[in-house]
Amino acid sequence: MGVLVYAESENNIIKKSALEAVSYGKALAEKIGSRLNCVVINCSEPNILKQYGTDKIFNITNDSLKDFTSRSYSNALQQVIKAENTSILILSSSADSKYLGAHLAGFTDGSFISNVVGIPDNLDPFTVKRSCFTNKGFSSTELTGDIKIISISANSFGLIENNGDGKIEDFHIEDISSTITVSNIEKQSGKVTIADADVVVSAGRGLKGPENWHLVEELAEVLGAATACSKPVSDMGWRPHSEHVGQTGKPVSSNLYIAIGISGAIQHLAGINSSKIKVVINNDPEAPFFKAADYGIVGDAFEVIPQLITKLKNRK
Amino acid sequence: MNILVCISNVPDTTSKINFIDNDSKFDKNGVQFIINPNDEFGLTKAIWMKDSNNADVTVLTVGDSSADAILRKCLAIGADKAIRIDCEAIDASSVSKEIVEHCNEVKYDLVICGRESIDYNGGLVPGLIAGYLDYNFVTNCVSLNIENGKAKCSREISGGIEVTESDLPLVIGAQKGLVEESDLIIPNMRGIMMARQKPLEVLSAKNIKARAIDKKYFKPQEKAEVKLIKPDELDKLIDLLENEAKVI
Repeated sequence: MGVLVYAESENNIIKKSALEAVSYGKALAEKIGSRLNCVVINCSEPNILKQYGTDKIFNITNDSLKDFTSRSYSNALQQVIKAENTSILILSSSADSKYLGAHLAGFTDGSFISNVVGIPDNLDPFTVKRSCFTNKGFSSTELTGDIKIISISANSFGLIENNGDGKIEDFHIEDISSTITVSNIEKQSGKVTIADADVVVSAGRGLKGPENWHLVEELAEVLGAATACSKPVSDMGWRPHSEHVGQTGKPVSSNLYIAIGISGAIQHLAGINSSKIKVVINNDPEAPFFKAADYGIVGDAFEVIPQLITKLKNRK
Repeated sequence: MNILVCISNVPDTTSKINFIDNDSKFDKNGVQFIINPNDEFGLTKAIWMKDSNNADVTVLTVGDSSADAILRKCLAIGADKAIRIDCEAIDASSVSKEIVEHCNEVKYDLVICGRESIDYNGGLVPGLIAGYLDYNFVTNCVSLNIENGKAKCSREISGGIEVTESDLPLVIGAQKGLVEESDLIIPNMRGIMMARQKPLEVLSAKNIKARAIDKKYFKPQEKAEVKLIKPDELDKLIDLLENEAKVI
């Protein structure tokens, strides 16, 4: 019985969402009374994992894992799970980890549970709380199966520092043959992504046209935030589809979500519901979004946003 | 080419979410059920592939007879055949295994699922099917092109797009982008009439044991009333975000 965390990295840096998964793993390991092991893939600087309570770090270095594919990464993790007799694997809820988790659960015949929001209430039977119905509900779910794979909802547990031995051990994996290859990756560089952002600044039709988006971008820049938009805005081509957040767009689970000129259709709220704090700026006091918001300003975005940008800049 | 589209019957987004039987069950009373939106993007793509790839499209759901209405709708949209595996859908693992049992009997070159359902939001079924069958798998799939038995797929990744190439059989998790919302097919009278002639086969379930059982549901805590800040008091907003909410 051991707890293993897959600590996802990008460009040799352990992702923040992975540190949250490790923090969660540590709490669970303590509850079970076991040690906490982590596995990293092609990451030469995993030392930070020690600060979050990791006892042992399995270090996999392999050229065939240069590009992420759910098949090859599942295969690699499966080898660690087998060698270490792991019964619980913790994943973050990044796009790659969720992708990998389901495929891996199929390969290992394990039981996978996603959007988990707390450490298990009970170990026998193993019962965890997860969000469902686009955050309009939660369930207390009983998991059975020899291998349990748990993907935790972003920003639901937070980062908790802890001391661990942090011993690094190279883990050699057997050959991986993949029947799927990555032929191209196009990625914006230097921009905060919606999935990784602590703060997301989003705008809707209330901004009147794409030419006014510099306001959103400037506000996002002073806050170190990602930019997003409502569905009509992406449908009209004002902004790229990749910025569309909502039920059929990207999900947002940030600490702070600022919505400018978005009325708050139920499909939009379904996608951003799990953000912790919501600020709504809208000139229509009847906009349904105010009912879902923590803080609201009834006012003209074209007056409020420039002032807000100036004040935030002066604050720093 | 043989395509299977897995369909989930989900409550419409605007539905009230309530629980009954001591909070152990979702209250279906008065709820309108629809084709899971992510599945519908996949279905539309499959219908297009009838022309581009000479595909034969089967839709499948795991559920009781209340799901027949959406299967008929899928047939009216253009699917050739519908299958319902007759049992209560309890968890992703048992549902996936029921689908896998069927895929072992009828070979499909491509299995399309939505990236996740809008009710339980698990996002598990496509990956589990791929894993159980040892098929290739691409989720968050925003484009798909199959030529000469090779599939080229684009996947939405954090901050960009990744293109993969693979052999068939393949499982994809469909989402918006694979087709656009404006591409969705609204059944016309001819489609609805034709759907009545198309086969809807009911298969008995293998009664596979569920692994993840929702024992109890909760509603989120009631939200506190929004704090309104006057547009000329932005310092107050900054102070609240910094010191009360502690998010900046």
